[in-house]
Amino acid sequence: MVVLDAKIPYGPIAEKWDNHKFSVKLVNPANKRRFDVIVVGTGLAGASAAASLAELGYNVKAFTFHDSPRRAHSIAAQGGINAAKNYRNDGDSVYRLFYDTVKGGDYRSREANVYRLAQVSLNIIDQCAAQGVPFAREYGGLLANRSFGGAQVSRTFYARGQTGQQLLLGAYQALAAQVKAGKVTLYNRSDMLDVVVKDGEACGIITRDMLTGEVHAHSAHAVVLATGGYGNVYYLSTNAMACNVTAAWRAHRKGALFANPCYTQIHPTCIPVSDEFQSKLTLMSESLRNDGRIWVPRQFDDARSAAEIPESERYYYLEEKYPSFGNLVPRDVASRNAKTVVDEGRGVGPLKNGVYLDFAASIARDGVDAVRERYGNLFDMYERITGEDPYKLPMRIYPATHYTMGGLWVDYNLMTTVPGLYCLGEANFSDHGANRLGASALMQGLADGYFVLPYTIGDHLAPKLGDATVPTTDPVFSEALREVDQRTRSWTQVKGTHSVEHYHRELGKIVWEYCGMARNETGLNKALTEIPALREEFRKNVKVLGSPDGVNQQLEKVNRVDDFMEFAELKVRDALHRAESCGGHFREESQTPEGEALRDDENFAYVAAWEWQGPDTDPVLHKEDLAFENVQLTQRSYK
Amino acid sequence: MGSTANGKTLNLKLRIWRQDGPAAVGSFLDIDADRIPVDASFLEMLDLINERLIEDGVEPITFPHDCREGICGTCGVMINGQAHGPEKATATCQLHMRKFNDGDQIVIEPWRAAAFPVLKDLMVDRRAFDRIIEAGGYISAPTGTPQDANEIPVPKEVADTAMDAAACIGCGACVAACPNSAAQLFTAAKLAHLNVLPQGQPERWKRTEAMVETMEDFFGSCTNHGECHEACPKEISLDFIAFMNRDYIKSKTKNRSLASQ
Repeated sequence: MVVLDAKIPYGPIAEKWDNHKFSVKLVNPANKRRFDVIVVGTGLAGASAAASLAELGYNVKAFTFHDSPRRAHSIAAQGGINAAKNYRNDGDSVYRLFYDTVKGGDYRSREANVYRLAQVSLNIIDQCAAQGVPFAREYGGLLANRSFGGAQVSRTFYARGQTGQQLLLGAYQALAAQVKAGKVTLYNRSDMLDVVVKDGEACGIITRDMLTGEVHAHSAHAVVLATGGYGNVYYLSTNAMACNVTAAWRAHRKGALFANPCYTQIHPTCIPVSDEFQSKLTLMSESLRNDGRIWVPRQFDDARSAAEIPESERYYYLEEKYPSFGNLVPRDVASRNAKTVVDEGRGVGPLKNGVYLDFAASIARDGVDAVRERYGNLFDMYERITGEDPYKLPMRIYPATHYTMGGLWVDYNLMTTVPGLYCLGEANFSDHGANRLGASALMQGLADGYFVLPYTIGDHLAPKLGDATVPTTDPVFSEALREVDQRTRSWTQVKGTHSVEHYHRELGKIVWEYCGMARNETGLNKALTEIPALREEFRKNVKVLGSPDGVNQQLEKVNRVDDFMEFAELKVRDALHRAESCGGHFREESQTPEGEALRDDENFAYVAAWEWQGPDTDPVLHKEDLAFENVQLTQRSYK
Repeated sequence: MGSTANGKTLNLKLRIWRQDGPAAVGSFLDIDADRIPVDASFLEMLDLINERLIEDGVEPITFPHDCREGICGTCGVMINGQAHGPEKATATCQLHMRKFNDGDQIVIEPWRAAAFPVLKDLMVDRRAFDRIIEAGGYISAPTGTPQDANEIPVPKEVADTAMDAAACIGCGACVAACPNSAAQLFTAAKLAHLNVLPQGQPERWKRTEAMVETMEDFFGSCTNHGECHEACPKEISLDFIAFMNRDYIKSKTKNRSLASQ
């Protein structure tokens, strides 16, 4: 019987983390070397955790499926990282960052976790600056800030448009130092394909060597998953091609509850799909909305080019509907409105699937050089991808899947419902509720890795002092090894007719259509019939060529798509059960008369955590009720 | 497959390197690639070719790729002898087919360098880069120890220079483009990023010696051709190599014991 105990510490919100740090068990410095910890994933959360644990003295094994830890998709984050430093003297504080994050998350996150996140945000900037992360500076040499994603204060730190890259390289370099020191053993090109559990506790993992195809067992006192989000369930997203849900899903099948899988953030400013062959979507930084004006033709099915449409026939829908926030409304609101106008038949571009983001007014006001200075890199990127010059023609944008707020359920210690199994970063559910604010993903990944897990993991390890790890010869390992090997090899025996890519694309179409920006009961029920049918066809008819005993990119992908096929069903089920709208989850049945998301706090102020019951049995829903003692629940309004 | 918004397509002749493993003998595969949409990226063109190969029962081509936004550094192939192809300051994944003409022959090869053995087809092993970083490409600042970030002022021009160097994505194009397979640009980029910053001073000379000498264990020597800069998708400046050479010479004195300096 699963009991969801969030282990929220006692005391007022501002004292909880301090109280907790004092009450968790400690491992004596000299004893830390007697513990082995596995960290899977080397993005911001994984690399920072592996480096910090190794610095403390633990023996760390770090795993990545990339050729180098530095390739993790954290590297692609552009905008910045929030911290409540109040360097601008503009009224920011830990409490304000906490408040904004809870409100921005549409009151579906855990207060205590969010408060801690805001607290440690201060340490993150100190840590990264000391590592040499080249943050933007003022002429006086102090750190620069910008306002981001509609925040009312300037609290975002950045390194040009490559903040994620620079923060990840900082964490990667800290990890490299520990590899050199012999405290971290790095396993690259290793795909984690299962979590091993003995007597209810996590004791290791199974990996596949992506160069030789061999499967290996690894044992440890604790296992940490920092394996990112599930955005690629949509096939097209801003995620990297290899991002997947496998590690989290395999853990889920071994007993870790999966929380809020229906929460997905759709980012409003991406380049629209141009073709059937499109492999991924590219995000254009949200900062473009500071100067660009979003519009579509008032007339439906207008075939004229943008230049031919006079001002009076342009529909600046965000400015009209939300006079005070205008083009700077939060991501979920901007995305939904773009969908509405495109669905109405006002879409622009060859496929009528975008809206204009027009810089003509700011070019006329500030001059082309000022605009180039601000957005030159982004304009170049847009031109490379679309072949259109955004200095002359308005950009075309459309929302795309970007970040996933749901993930493995974790308690305040970041431990899942499987003792000894931890989950960090985007892979867990804990801090963003139903919608994530801009520049908060990097903050959370590094908070978890640098400043939370290193304190909380001792609580699990301390009582195990002197215990050996479970030997990899134990039947739990040999059984898991056999299963993973068999599953992987079996794909080459299917000898079907369609590629893995084909099935992934088909799955994406279903999930996007029925569980994308707007969801309703009929559509979700339809998806619940279509997904299992597709999964069955996929398993019978997928075509994987080549050998399992060596490099085989199709084989790597087929395991991931197989897990997405199961995960997609849970995601849809969660979306169906949550009959309210909140944040990134918009149920058409639950909206205000003006068409805004309408929460139902009476019935849905809880975390939905799902328990796996086996492949052909419906999962069981567990609820963690969310108590709001510090932030008052209100209907968000951006009018 | 191959439907396209503006309908324009290309017919191309591809010569693609195929090699089963590090020890196997490789050879070129010639493919008539018809109906390639001009709006496809270079890697989407390879996706299309792979879909067609799979349809024909031929094992698809292995090629490295991930973010497809030009930032992760995973992708990279030689395109008609040029690392990342003909468009300047552009990684392979950001190159689009509209840069080619109907009827073009395109030769696609993996990075060629002794330190980057071919793993399969177009995928190479770049782990030597990680060894260089491990040798000293970091500032030792264990988690939790630092002072407030604004207690270390960094002049704007220093921060900007550090960022110019730190923009390196570690793709390896510099090595592939170099006639000597030297890794000076990659190494200098990381070294300069850290060595110009005040935070990087305490370990500056140890870092320099260790990184340069580790680099030399794996890679060829620099003879100032400048091909690395031409191929670099982030246009990392050659000035950083000069900076590294100067710091390396200084390090030989600075790393003596203090009394003997």
